[in-house]
Amino acid sequence: MQFSENWLRSFVDPALDSVALSHLLTMAGLEVEEAVPVAPAFSGVVVARIVEAMQHPNADRLRVCKVDAGAGELLQIVCGAPNAAAGMKVPCAKVGAVLPGDFRIKAAKLRNVESFGMLCSERELGISDSHEGLLALADDAVVGMDIREALALNDTLFTIKLTPNRPDCLSLLGVAREVAALTGSPLKQPEIKPAAATHDVTREIVLEAPDGCPRYLGRVLRDVDPTKPTPEWMVRRLERCGLRSISAIVDVTNYVMLELGQPLHAFDNAKLTGSVRVRWAREGDSLVLLNGDEVKPDTRTLLIADDAGPLALAGVMGGDASSVTDATREVFLESAFFQPDAVVGRARAYGFASDASHRFERGVDFELAGRAIERATELIISICGGGAGPVCEAVVRDALPKRSRLGVRVARAAQVIGIPFTAAQVADILGRLGMPVAIEGERVFVEPASYRFDLNIEEDLIEEIARIHGYEAIPDSLPQGALEMLPLPEERRSVVRLRRELAAREYQEVINYAFVEEAWERDFCGNTDPIRLANPIASQLSVMRSSLLGGLVGTLSANQRRRATRVRLFEIGRCFEKNKNGRPVEGYDQPQRLAVLAWGMAEPEQWGLDARKVDFYDVKADLESLLEGKRIEFRRINHPALHPGRAAEVVCAGRAVGWIGELHPNWVQRYELGTAPVAFELELDVALEQSLPVFVTPSKFPPVMRDIALVVKAAIPVAEILATFESVPLDIVQAIDIFDVYQGKGIAEESKSVAFRVRFQHTDRTLEDAEVDVAIATLVARVGERLGAQLRS
Amino acid sequence: MDQLEKLVSQAIADFEAARDANSLEQAKAQYLGKSGSLSELLKGLGKMEPEARREAGAAINRAKAAVEQALEARRDALRQAALEAQLAAEALDVTLPGRGRGHGGLHPVTRTLERIEQLFASIGFAVADGPEIESDWYNFTALNTPENHPARSMHDTFYLQDADKVLLRTHTSPVQVRYMHQHVERYKDLATMPEIRIIAPGRVYRVDYDATHSPMFHQIEGLWVGERVSFVDLKGVVAEFLRRFFETDELQLRFRPSFFPFTEPSAEIDFAFMSGPNKGKWLEIAGCGVVHPNVLRHGGIDPERYTGFAFGMGLDRLTMLRYGVDDLRLFFENDLRFLSQFR
Repeated sequence: MQFSENWLRSFVDPALDSVALSHLLTMAGLEVEEAVPVAPAFSGVVVARIVEAMQHPNADRLRVCKVDAGAGELLQIVCGAPNAAAGMKVPCAKVGAVLPGDFRIKAAKLRNVESFGMLCSERELGISDSHEGLLALADDAVVGMDIREALALNDTLFTIKLTPNRPDCLSLLGVAREVAALTGSPLKQPEIKPAAATHDVTREIVLEAPDGCPRYLGRVLRDVDPTKPTPEWMVRRLERCGLRSISAIVDVTNYVMLELGQPLHAFDNAKLTGSVRVRWAREGDSLVLLNGDEVKPDTRTLLIADDAGPLALAGVMGGDASSVTDATREVFLESAFFQPDAVVGRARAYGFASDASHRFERGVDFELAGRAIERATELIISICGGGAGPVCEAVVRDALPKRSRLGVRVARAAQVIGIPFTAAQVADILGRLGMPVAIEGERVFVEPASYRFDLNIEEDLIEEIARIHGYEAIPDSLPQGALEMLPLPEERRSVVRLRRELAAREYQEVINYAFVEEAWERDFCGNTDPIRLANPIASQLSVMRSSLLGGLVGTLSANQRRRATRVRLFEIGRCFEKNKNGRPVEGYDQPQRLAVLAWGMAEPEQWGLDARKVDFYDVKADLESLLEGKRIEFRRINHPALHPGRAAEVVCAGRAVGWIGELHPNWVQRYELGTAPVAFELELDVALEQSLPVFVTPSKFPPVMRDIALVVKAAIPVAEILATFESVPLDIVQAIDIFDVYQGKGIAEESKSVAFRVRFQHTDRTLEDAEVDVAIATLVARVGERLGAQLRS
Repeated sequence: MDQLEKLVSQAIADFEAARDANSLEQAKAQYLGKSGSLSELLKGLGKMEPEARREAGAAINRAKAAVEQALEARRDALRQAALEAQLAAEALDVTLPGRGRGHGGLHPVTRTLERIEQLFASIGFAVADGPEIESDWYNFTALNTPENHPARSMHDTFYLQDADKVLLRTHTSPVQVRYMHQHVERYKDLATMPEIRIIAPGRVYRVDYDATHSPMFHQIEGLWVGERVSFVDLKGVVAEFLRRFFETDELQLRFRPSFFPFTEPSAEIDFAFMSGPNKGKWLEIAGCGVVHPNVLRHGGIDPERYTGFAFGMGLDRLTMLRYGVDDLRLFFENDLRFLSQFR
């Protein structure tokens, strides 16, 4: 909310400057977002009347004015403004004046004519950007008066950001009440004189929906002239609160809303038929609003209607047909209380916001309508003339909000806030809010005011105590607690360590959106039924990812466009899959996964190393190092994202926990990646598990190494040969490593040679050659039998 | 015995003249070989009288020792020279860069997260986690958010299609109630529940996109519930955290009354650096407050017996302030030229 400091000070005037006042409000929860002076500093400018404006003898565009600036003698001032004319009142910067920008006014000669001052535009005074001509002052402006005083320029515009629990501060009076509570300065309530009825024309009011509108006041004003101009002081106050002057009657309703916090509406009484009814909208209702929109309100919308049909969206916006125009002579003035629940979200649903709905949906003082209608009546009659009829009030008291006496335990307040309080202190603090307070033993009771919608439970009062006591006055000492150590499970590494290990393997972490393009789900996951958002911000962010791969391919592609030549990425994050048994949110699995992607050269470009492209086995080594110590298997799979011959499922303890592979050439082409990246994805939990070390005392006896080269069918996976070796119960075999795989010259077609280095060692004696020979022969025989492997000759 | 002395001098000169091991061995043969001059002299001793033989023998042996010593010295010198030559030949350009792999790095936001987790771990805060697809009950209702609260609308919150009130969590606060449930269940047999002290970082989602808003961003939630936890403790912990996180005591801190449905009293925390480019500017950093009794009740905790505080901070924002990043979108564009600066 924006308001003028001067207007606020007309209600409460503490001995604080603007800066201190701003701090006070902010620290009370009325955050001041901006406090800017209406005009920058300047001096020596007064109200002056142009007595005579003659053509400059030597310049077409200049005039020589004789000006009465209240000094007795007329001043001669040369002026270039097109609107300078005799009789006009304008701001005059006299010789010696200092204008914004430290611009000093001196006596000067313009084209040989002497000039003793300067007549000013708004821009020259720093009030606005308007520079079409001189600032025309009102006819009743007092010649000689300092312009800052005449235009009330010694004022500051405050913009405060209110939290939704404090609608009571959406008015000058509300903010003033708060300032009075915080400073102890007296609050001057506006004096409102009820208008005596000069006629007895009334209109029946029917509350058909008291759950939405339990109180509605209306009054007919007759013989008003809505074309009368709004007084300058009111226009200025409205402008300084960010509202443009529209017409006298609308201005008055806005003014009273700003002053007291009660939104009002004025209907043209001649356009109403029969009774005014407040009711829920019905099927078929429609209405053209003041802003020109035609709406078809749903049945959750509260309407003001008459016997002929809808007139206005209650608490939101008036209708066009019944609005006040220049031709209006009778006004039906509305001052009502609409329940927050009956207004909340409605304006937004129709795509706009209004000052009235903003207030009603948060809560307007339900006892205010009577004072507000009198205030508006008084102002309208004083501006537009005419006379008021009696106030008609319809009220369903039981449906009005309840205010019940509320207590706070002093000890509880002290415990929650963390500093000691006495009952007297608590009563004093709460009493400053202007509500009746009573101490009863260890409790303090408050009668919440009708304008406070946020005082319902004990904590609400504790918050008020903390707030009025001042958050700044609450210390920030460090808490005391038991010195308990956090658990540190050794069989699970932290995600941080996993990240560091991936980074050490040259992968850069990225964070992609969890909502992705639908095409990614289809192409990379074969998922034609993804989890869709009901309200995505963009079509390429419309479905939840079930794999991290799409994001990594997208990131690769984006970085290729930035001319990256080697890209290695990883991401850790959630994926989302439909599963009717999913937990903890029913219907969805939300596993955390780790994925990496490598593209480009295996090593960074450098001297002394042969450049080669990264391949399946490079990335597999990274995967194996993460899973070191676990028994994992790699099984060929068909995966929609991957090259069918270069893809494997990662199986850990019999369970598939991820995949690894090269991107399918189709996607390499479609996503214009040039060459295929290699990627893997793993369940995060599997990557985090690690086993407690179990050790065996190293043997003191010398090991024996033997190499064997076997020729097998090319299609036989090496894992199968190793498994066959393992099936031979030989205690002395310590390790079998593969050191060469060869296909080509010297080896039969569709066969391959695999060379193994077998390490033998006995735990408590030196091995003899003969037993090693026997062991090798056994191994060779077993793979010969099972896999048709033969020793390479 | 001039002859012997001459012989020794000649040998030394010959050895010195040898430029390599071969010529040295040839020179050696002249003196010490089977028919070398010294060997010949020794052979000649047999013909001498015993007296003279003893004397001459001793002299010859002295000369032989001197020659052998000279030979050894020359051998050493040649070996040394050869080694030096080899070392010189083997010298590398030590300014060439090292070979092999480079390094990757962490995303700046997780780098920040890592630091925050460490800071809070040092005062006994464990890390908790919760789902990102969330029910409206945990995201709103359990957190005391009214049915008609604007945040629940599709203008602000992403909902899933074909699902009843299932959404993408808009904050990390639902973890509060989820964790309370687990905690209460775990300790239901104890007379006094141990304190809850957790932080819960993670991704959150809101319908918003511009230079300062991303539809997905990161928050970190903090929660401390115990028998004597107050607003003073909240101020203490958050103030300490910010000083440690930014590694400076030159911070001004302001707890400003605010409003959240799930805390009361509530505060917004602003801070200002007392030096540097942002000096004196109030920066919003967190929302916090004493946990609302309804939230404790929803978590199965008796608000009369236990109180607590909670805070929520923007991880991305903390990262921006820490490293001076001025556009939130940089964190999600994944430009490697940006990310690689945070290794």
